[in-house]
Amino acid sequence: MQSRLKTLLLLGPGLGWLAVFMVVPCGIIFVHAFFERGIYGGIDYSFTFENFQRAVDPIYLTILLNSARIAGLATLIAVLLAYPAAYAITRAPRHRQVGYLILVMLPFWSNYLVRTYAWIVMLNREGLINRGLRGLGVIDEPLPLLYNEFAIVTGLVYNYLPFVVLAIYASLSRLNLEVLEASEDLGAPAWRTFLRITLPLTLPGVAAGAVFVFVLSVGNFITPDLLGGGRLQMVGNLIYDQFLSARDWPFGATLSFFLIAVMMALLFTQAVLVNRAQGESRSQVEGRTAKKAGLADA
Amino acid sequence: MRKMTVTAVALAAAMTCGAGAAMAEGKIVISNWDGYMPADLLENFTAATGIEAELSVHATNEEIMGKVVAGKGKGYDVLFVSSPFAEALNELGLVAKIDHAMTPNMANLYPEAMKLDHDTGNGFSVPYAWGTTGLCYRSDMLAAAPDSWNDLLKPSSDLTGKITMLSTDRWLMAAGLLAQGLSVNEKDAAKIEATKNLLVDAKRGLLAYDDTTFYSKLVSGEASLVHAWDGWCNYGIAENADIKYVIPKEGSDLWVDTIVVTAASQNKEAAHKFIDYVLGKDVGIWVASNILYKTPNKAAMDALDPALTAQFPNLAMAPGDLLKFEQLRDLGATQKSYTKAVTEIMASQ
Repeated sequence: MQSRLKTLLLLGPGLGWLAVFMVVPCGIIFVHAFFERGIYGGIDYSFTFENFQRAVDPIYLTILLNSARIAGLATLIAVLLAYPAAYAITRAPRHRQVGYLILVMLPFWSNYLVRTYAWIVMLNREGLINRGLRGLGVIDEPLPLLYNEFAIVTGLVYNYLPFVVLAIYASLSRLNLEVLEASEDLGAPAWRTFLRITLPLTLPGVAAGAVFVFVLSVGNFITPDLLGGGRLQMVGNLIYDQFLSARDWPFGATLSFFLIAVMMALLFTQAVLVNRAQGESRSQVEGRTAKKAGLADA
Repeated sequence: MRKMTVTAVALAAAMTCGAGAAMAEGKIVISNWDGYMPADLLENFTAATGIEAELSVHATNEEIMGKVVAGKGKGYDVLFVSSPFAEALNELGLVAKIDHAMTPNMANLYPEAMKLDHDTGNGFSVPYAWGTTGLCYRSDMLAAAPDSWNDLLKPSSDLTGKITMLSTDRWLMAAGLLAQGLSVNEKDAAKIEATKNLLVDAKRGLLAYDDTTFYSKLVSGEASLVHAWDGWCNYGIAENADIKYVIPKEGSDLWVDTIVVTAASQNKEAAHKFIDYVLGKDVGIWVASNILYKTPNKAAMDALDPALTAQFPNLAMAPGDLLKFEQLRDLGATQKSYTKAVTEIMASQ
């Protein structure tokens, strides 16, 4: 009885916070999705399904899919870049690791917008990269590096890479080295140890980092606005515009509702998959190790 | 008219937190775009009149409109908004009548500034700055000087990817409407649809949509032709004399930024004194020489240094020529079709 009270006391503030600042606002968004935009902005409280019909128009669905594709691409690239980096950091001498981790975090000491503007300076037609390449005689005409999908993906990967490195590092540094030694002792080449032991055991870290990048990217509106030049919209821009320039709060609420629903579904699927994979891979790896260890003994 | 970037929106939001609550006796709260009046204006106003004033900043017309509609204007005494928004606020009964007996400096205005379509006789709004929307370009990078909206919307191949357009709904639509010889306040659904299609096609020729930094793209050479408000083109001209401004042959809109007093103001007398102070010659001179916008203040424009109008020819435009253009008017229910069209243009691939 007492332990239940303790649980309740410990959980209470956190749950209360989430309920008041997360569940209630989501509820408000959902309710507003069923009303109409007033002539001068604001909300006209007459019930309608029109916003939902409008939101599934191909033009908006395409934006949702495009956002998912751009966020997916950013996630993939971020994971491919982050894994080797995190791996190298865990293999470095312990006293150096802290230094490397601080370097990974260093960009966060400056503002997100400042960092994004820095990319504009580098990527534009008359920017550092184009001037450099032209100076070296590699190109005659400037490359179109800015105001396109390439620039958006570059910006997203750059901004969220540190999160993935940290997530994968956390997972790699918890790895039980004895398992790796066992694999090596039993004659497995390094690549097989990596593929069959290290990678499966650190997948939860990869998944956590990947979800982080994906979720932050898919709703991002600053990067597509600045690096995409407003020509390529992501769903975040669409929602931002509905609230801040179109003054169509109900339609903005409907789009937000769609985005939240899709993200919840993704997070839920991811949690289920990771849970299952974790259980399987751990029992498999441990089972295999135990079996082989037994054989070696014999 | 003035717009700010996402950064500025965030900053403005942070800065205005709590500003609305300031409603102390005798103190007035003014909402304006950041940097749109002299930094020491409030200080000088208080020194001259003994009235305390506080500045709250808004990033866009839409932002202040949203706040004022939601709170019925409570917490604000004086607002700076573009004319269609002043018109809408008047329609909603949220602005007070301007008592001309309390604003003798109104005499400083050009006679034309009393004949604006959105509010003839300045019954509920007072013009602060005005101008045109047109094309700003690098004369050293173009083969021929542009003279038509179609140079922007259907560019020659060498200009493709070197053009920016404004994305603020009324001005984006105005470019397409004017190119077809239509009114900037067109209400016909089929014509709005045709304009939308024209602007969707025009999107392919663009480098970017840009409401805030287009003149610096001209300066850096990233863009050679941009859709611009005349005052902002002047910022480019200030840095590179090869940058020129032209009003296309199909015409422009006449944009007017105005000052209004909220109906909810508890200090209307002080609010009027503030407007009268802003209508003074010196503030007008500051507007023209610092933000490089034309002002309807004749006393100020007459006192400008001739070197300034030589460097920025569009500052010298006669009020009579300005008034040949149609103002953006409040569209009422049709505004929904405009925002929907703009949302679809921005969303198109």
